[in-house]
Formats: sequence, C-alpha cells, structure tokens
Amino acid sequence: MKELLDDILSEAKKRGAESAEVYHVSTEETPVRFEANRLKELNARQTAGVAVRVIAGGRIGFASSTRPGDVEDVVAAALDTAPFGPEAKFSFPPNAEPATVKTYDPAIENLTTDQMIETGKTLVETVREVEPELQCDASIRRARGTVALANSNGGYFTHRASSVSAWLHGTLIRGTDMLFVGGADASCSPILNTDEITGDVILQLERCKQNADTKTAELPVIFTSLGVAEALLGPLIMAFSGRLVFQGQSPLVDSLGEAKYDSRVSISDDATLPMRVGSRPFDDEGVPSRKIPLIAAGVVSNFTYDLQTAALAGARSTGSAQRALTTQPAIGSANIIVEPGESTFDEMVRSVKDGIIVEELMGAGQGNVMGGDFSGNVLLGYKVENGEIVGRVKNTIVAGNVHESLNCIAMLGKETRWVGGTIQTPPIMIEHLAVSAGS
Amino acid sequence: MTDSKPGRDLIEAAVQGHNTDYIEIRLDDTRSNRIVYRGKELEEIGRVTNFGGCVRALVNGGWGFASFNDPAQMRPMAEAAVSQARHVGAGRSNLAPVEPVVASVAPVVRQDPRVIPLARKKEILDSYNETMLAVDGVTSTNIIYSDAHKSVTFANSEGAYIEQERIDVVSRLAATARKNGDMQQASMSLGALNDYSYVEKQAENAEFLASRAVELLNAPYCEPGVYPVVLDPILAGVFCHEAFGHLSESDFVYENDRMKEIMVLGAEFGQKHLNIVDGAAVPDLRGSYAYDDEGTPARKTDLIRDGILVGRLHSRETAGIMGEPPSGNARAMDYRFPPIVRMTNTYIEPGDATFEEIIGDIKLGVYAKNWYGGTTSMEMFTFSAGEAYMIRDGKIAELVRPVKLTGNLFTTLKNIDAIGTDLDFNQGGGCGKGGQMPLPVSNGSPHIRIQDCVVGER
Repeated sequence: MKELLDDILSEAKKRGAESAEVYHVSTEETPVRFEANRLKELNARQTAGVAVRVIAGGRIGFASSTRPGDVEDVVAAALDTAPFGPEAKFSFPPNAEPATVKTYDPAIENLTTDQMIETGKTLVETVREVEPELQCDASIRRARGTVALANSNGGYFTHRASSVSAWLHGTLIRGTDMLFVGGADASCSPILNTDEITGDVILQLERCKQNADTKTAELPVIFTSLGVAEALLGPLIMAFSGRLVFQGQSPLVDSLGEAKYDSRVSISDDATLPMRVGSRPFDDEGVPSRKIPLIAAGVVSNFTYDLQTAALAGARSTGSAQRALTTQPAIGSANIIVEPGESTFDEMVRSVKDGIIVEELMGAGQGNVMGGDFSGNVLLGYKVENGEIVGRVKNTIVAGNVHESLNCIAMLGKETRWVGGTIQTPPIMIEHLAVSAGS
Repeated sequence: MTDSKPGRDLIEAAVQGHNTDYIEIRLDDTRSNRIVYRGKELEEIGRVTNFGGCVRALVNGGWGFASFNDPAQMRPMAEAAVSQARHVGAGRSNLAPVEPVVASVAPVVRQDPRVIPLARKKEILDSYNETMLAVDGVTSTNIIYSDAHKSVTFANSEGAYIEQERIDVVSRLAATARKNGDMQQASMSLGALNDYSYVEKQAENAEFLASRAVELLNAPYCEPGVYPVVLDPILAGVFCHEAFGHLSESDFVYENDRMKEIMVLGAEFGQKHLNIVDGAAVPDLRGSYAYDDEGTPARKTDLIRDGILVGRLHSRETAGIMGEPPSGNARAMDYRFPPIVRMTNTYIEPGDATFEEIIGDIKLGVYAKNWYGGTTSMEMFTFSAGEAYMIRDGKIAELVRPVKLTGNLFTTLKNIDAIGTDLDFNQGGGCGKGGQMPLPVSNGSPHIRIQDCVVGER
C-alpha cells in the first residue's frame, strides 16, 4: 500500500507539483436484504480507489480514480485542474500522533452471513408477532475498510474500521391509510441490540393505533430523540461549519462567544468515542481527532474547520475534514452529542394540554436549511391532549427555525440515546411552533 | 490513457456457464468534472474517474449481487453472486420475458462539455458569480457545476449485449442575503442530457436570483393554512414525481396485497382531464435512454389516462410477478448498485386552461414556483417551493417567503381542478431511492391548480 502511495507522490513531484497528498480507501460491505418479510438478496460490494490533491502554482487540483493501479492518469488529471483551483492557504500536515480511538472490532471477522440472516429474521418476526399485518423490509450490513493517507511532507496515516448496521422498516396499510414504522442501529462491533430496534417499532405501533386531529395554530412540540436527530440537528450543525461562517452563509457569523441559546443546551462533535461509526483517530487530511464543544451551556463555543478553511479564517483545523473517495475534503461532523437535561419524557407529555410529538418530519431538509429553517409533514408523530397521547397525527406541517427554537425550550429531556449510530440526544420540548393542519 | 475495460468475449464469458435462472453483468465507466464556488472564492475543482462493475444472479427467486473495481475479478465475482443467490433462493424465479438485444447506442450530443476547455467553464461561472455578488445586499453565493460522461456495457445470460453512453450536465446557482441574523436564499437547479449549451445562458437567471434573495429579507411569511394553490410547470413537475410517480413504482406494490387493492388498474385517481405518463422513450430529457439496466427497451407508459389508473412502472421481476408488460424502468445509479424500479421522464400532459383562467377564480390562494426539493411517503407527499406569492382576488399579489406544501396523494390528485397548456420540464433534479441518488430524471407539467393544499410558512 505505502508503495502505491509513494509512487503517486513521486509522480506528482515529477510532473511539477510543489506538494501532494494521496488518499487511498478500500472497503468491503456485505448487506443482507429482506423484502416483504423474507430474505431477498445478498450483496457483496468491494470498493478501492485513490484520490489525489496537488498544490501546483500555489493552487489546489484534485482527481480521483477507481481504476486499479492508476498512477499517471490520476496525477495528470489533478495537475490539469490545479491552474483553475483555489489558492492553497495551508500545507499538508507532517506526521502527528493520532488520537487513540478504537474503531475496529476483530469479532467482525467471525460474523457470518447466516448470523446476519438470523438477525434479520429475528427483527421481522418479533414485530410481526405484535402486528401480523405489518409488511417489513430490513437490512443487516457488515462493513470493513481501511484508509491510508500520505503526503509529500512526510505525513503517513492509516486506520482500519469495522461496522455493523441494521435497520427495520414496516408498512401497515388500512384502506388508504399508511403507517410507516422503523428503527435502526449501528456500531463498530457486531453486537447489535435488536431489542432496542424492535422495541422502538412496537411502541410506534402502539401509539398509532388511531388517528387524531390537529389544527392550524402555534403549539408546543416535543421532538423525540429521533425527531431531534432528523429535524433539528441538520440545520443547526450546518451553521457551525467554519466554511459557511467564513463565507457569511451562517446565521452564527457574529456569534462566537455569544450566549445565543438556552443555557441548558450543550452540544459537542466528538470523533474520539470508542466503537462509534462516526469516530476515527485522525480526519481525512491527517489532523488528529478531538472532541469539539460547539455549544457549551448555551454559548457558541467553536466552529469546525478543515485545513484550508482554518487558514482562510485565521483559525486552526479542528480535525473535521471528511471525504468520500470521489469528493474533496470538506467540513463534516463525526458524532454529535447533545447533553441531557432534567425532565423525563413522561413529564413533558403530562405538561402538554394541546400539542404534538414529532418523531419524523418528511421533507425537513429541504428549504432554507442554511438559515436554520426546518419544516415538514409529520410522517410519524402523535397528538397530546391533556397530558396524554391520544393518537397519530397526519396531514400536518410543523415548521420553525432551530436557532429560535433552541431559545424556546420548555423542557430538555433526561433519557438520552443513540440515533442512527452517530447522534446521541435526549428528547427536546419546544414551547411553540407553527403547525398547519389539513383535514 | 489506458483502457482497462475487458473485451466483449471476456464480458460475455463471465455470464455464461453458471447454473442460475438468470445472470447479468454491467460495467460502468464514468468520468466527471466538478466546479464549486462559495462567495468570491472558487472553492474546489476536480476530476473523477469512477470505474467498476457488478454481477447480479437469480436462483429460485433469490438474488445475489457483487460489485468490484477490478475487472480481473469479473468471473470470481460472478461466482460469488451465484452462490449468494443460491443461498437466498427458496421459491420460483419470475422475470418477464424480454427479447435479448445486441446494440451499441451512440448518444446524439448537441454540445459536448468535454470539448469545452476548463478555462472557458471557469470564465462563464466566474461571470455569474460576479453578477450575483455585485447585487447590493447579496452577502454570498454558491455555484455548483458538474458534467459526467458515462459509458455502460451490459450483458446477460440470455444473450443480450448492449453498450450505451450518456452525458449529464447539471448546475445550481444560489445567492444568499443576510441582515440582522436573518438569512434568505434564492436558487435554481438546472440540467440537460448530452448538451452543455444551457450553461452559457444563465446570466439573466443569476441576476434574478441575486435580487430575489435580497427581496426575500423583506418578504413576509405566508400564513400557514389550507389554500388553493397554483403550481408553475417546474414545481408541478416535482409534485407529479413525488405525489404520484413513486406510487407507480411497482416494487412498492408487487408483494403488498394492500397496495394492490389501492393501486388497482381501472381505479379513479383524478378528474377526467388528468393524464400522467412516464417514459425514457421521451427523447432529449435527463431521464431518456434507449435500454434500461436490465436490457429492456425504453417506452412511454401511460400511468393515468382520463383520470383512471391504467399502468405502472416495472422491472422484469415486478412485471413477471404481476403479469404485466415490462416498461423499461429498471435503473441503477452506478455499478455499486443493483437496478430497481425508477422513474425516467414523468409528466402531466397539457390540458386547456389558460393561466388567467387558472388564477382568476381564486379569492385567496398561493402561487408557488421553482423548487428546493420534495419527498414522498406514498400516501403523503411534501414539496418545497423556491418562490411563492399570494393570490388575491384573482391576481398575483405580494411575494412571500418560500413555502412548503403537503397533502394526501389520493385526495390531492382529485383536487387538481385546472390544467394549463404550457408543458415544461424540470431537468435539474436527481431522484433518491434505496440509497441510490441522485439518479438523473426529469419531471414536468403545465401550470396546474390544486384545491385544499396544506401550506406551511417555510
């Protein structure tokens, strides 16, 4: 591997690059897919390729290729683009001590296809026992990958990761009324708690036994952990991107150090948590990972940076560079941790005379997300009346702006949990949001 | 430039001599360029070569799939896919028959982005960026341009061998205006198949987007509620795709008895004036092609005719299991994925209402145009307008901040009570389904009016 990387670096130097970086990734995934309650497809996906960044004439060029053994063409392509690229304000980092972060579990080598098939069957059978009319799709996926990164300043970084993820999705149709329930989990280890996934689905089924009416009004809204992860955090975390801040495209442009949110809110971006699928010892430019406090007791504490943005902004890389094989490094988040508060979910529900619980907002990421807006059709959510969940909400839009809403918190939940593998959050109750309801 | 694509005989050999009900191989070589601006800075420029292959096998109704980057792996990967399929299969394979085709399809290229020098592309995008930044009140911009040339070779155990090429050009221009912590954006996403030329004609749009972003800072929110809504052709196209197109994809229906009861051919879905079609055989649009990713010839499928459900979109398997003709809608994003049922070019056919007739009857309503996005959950759909205005007393009134619209598919289709004459297509989007996105599609419509649409303020 190192030989291939060194060949590419020499080729770049030979062709006139001042400096260069090569990123090699190799992954192997074996998803097991269930459709309509039964095993449908076994997949095996192998990917390998290189991505090259060159700095030539002081500017950054980029090319990537999945052609095996590609050295000359990918370097030539990167150099072709460099004259038109942005001015490089940073240098590729030399070797550094990476953070000690466990992301590989050797037990993955012993996880067989048949075991994954059994897990899938258990997921489907458990929920169908509760609701025999439920039609389920599911997927269990095992993945292993290695990343190797080398640059012409002597930096050389490698790391290996494993992951297993599972999701279950159920459809229940009565007439033209459709209910979609589901749960998911992901970890670097093969030990999956399928009880949590099936438990989530069974609870959703229970709460949706009948439909309830809503009205167009400003109402209190409780976002479950799933709801916080899917609807609120997207637009919020985007605003902390050092790139958007530097370009004046974040509402937080002038807010560093400001107590902008409710003092109960503390949120961090942490790439160092062991055995989490968002963790890694160094970022995709070789900068060591760290825990980054974004909001500390309501105060905007840090923006996130990659090397180029940090140099432009006069800041330091926070180890937040992320890339896929075919894309250039850009600022991204690792694991997002929202600190829990004092109120239980039950306390939240009991406090509501007329309001809504949101699990899933369909379409929440479409709109003025950069400005912090979230809005969507409540795909999975419940009506609360006089402190009790009375049924499922339908044909209703909930809309707001996350920067306003985090200043309008009625209660912050105590029960924190992982959602989708990279977000850990409690439920959050917002005092009021705009609700539009159809009949 | 070395060409590591194996020869035809090796490709065909990879899918012969296996003990399967069916096996296919697809090799995909995509070369793309991408340019991104953010604010005054060109943020990134790059070139990607994405080359790989996949094999899919069917045994006793079970599928195996293997994908790889190294063509030397063709035969071992084929064997792996066969062994997986055998492990899964526990029933009967059922693929609708398709005459195996041997063809090499060269695209009709109007203007090839590959012959346009990078310097020229940068020059034109620089000019749009400067145009937007020059507008007073604009604080930043975002421009994304990409072109991709894809060359696909398909072979199967029935003797099909098809080579196809396509070029996708897509772009997005966006302007941001910010004042006192409030941020508004105006953006436009466009695209074309086999034709770069539209990219050089965006000066007016750049100007418009910049002024619009600033205007939005002073625009009020729409009062949330239920309104009659008029959609422009572009947004109505997105509506058609989300509200009905996905429901037509048979993989959601073919194994679900309840869905079959709902999606029964002959059922009434809309008023008599409603006609919706989908087809890759409609030429020169983002969703056009000659053969789908199972080798089935493209066609044009009537989905709704005179308000009645008359057809749906199929892969060979969904067609076989439902006993209906295959429609040429099996598509894969690239070599990393098996083909699934996808839309192509999906549109509402023109009616006969004029724009004045469409808005004239509306005392209080919303006129929504352009788009940010859309999603569906079959029964419910949402879509986001890029622009919105109130309609008051039969006339377009004040600009409001872009709205979100949602509804129940079944009632909303029936609530389309006026269809215009001005069919136009949105070609700037990509469809997402099963982790395969953005798949090139187009969607279109004339202006339409929908009664009782739920409107959110943002």
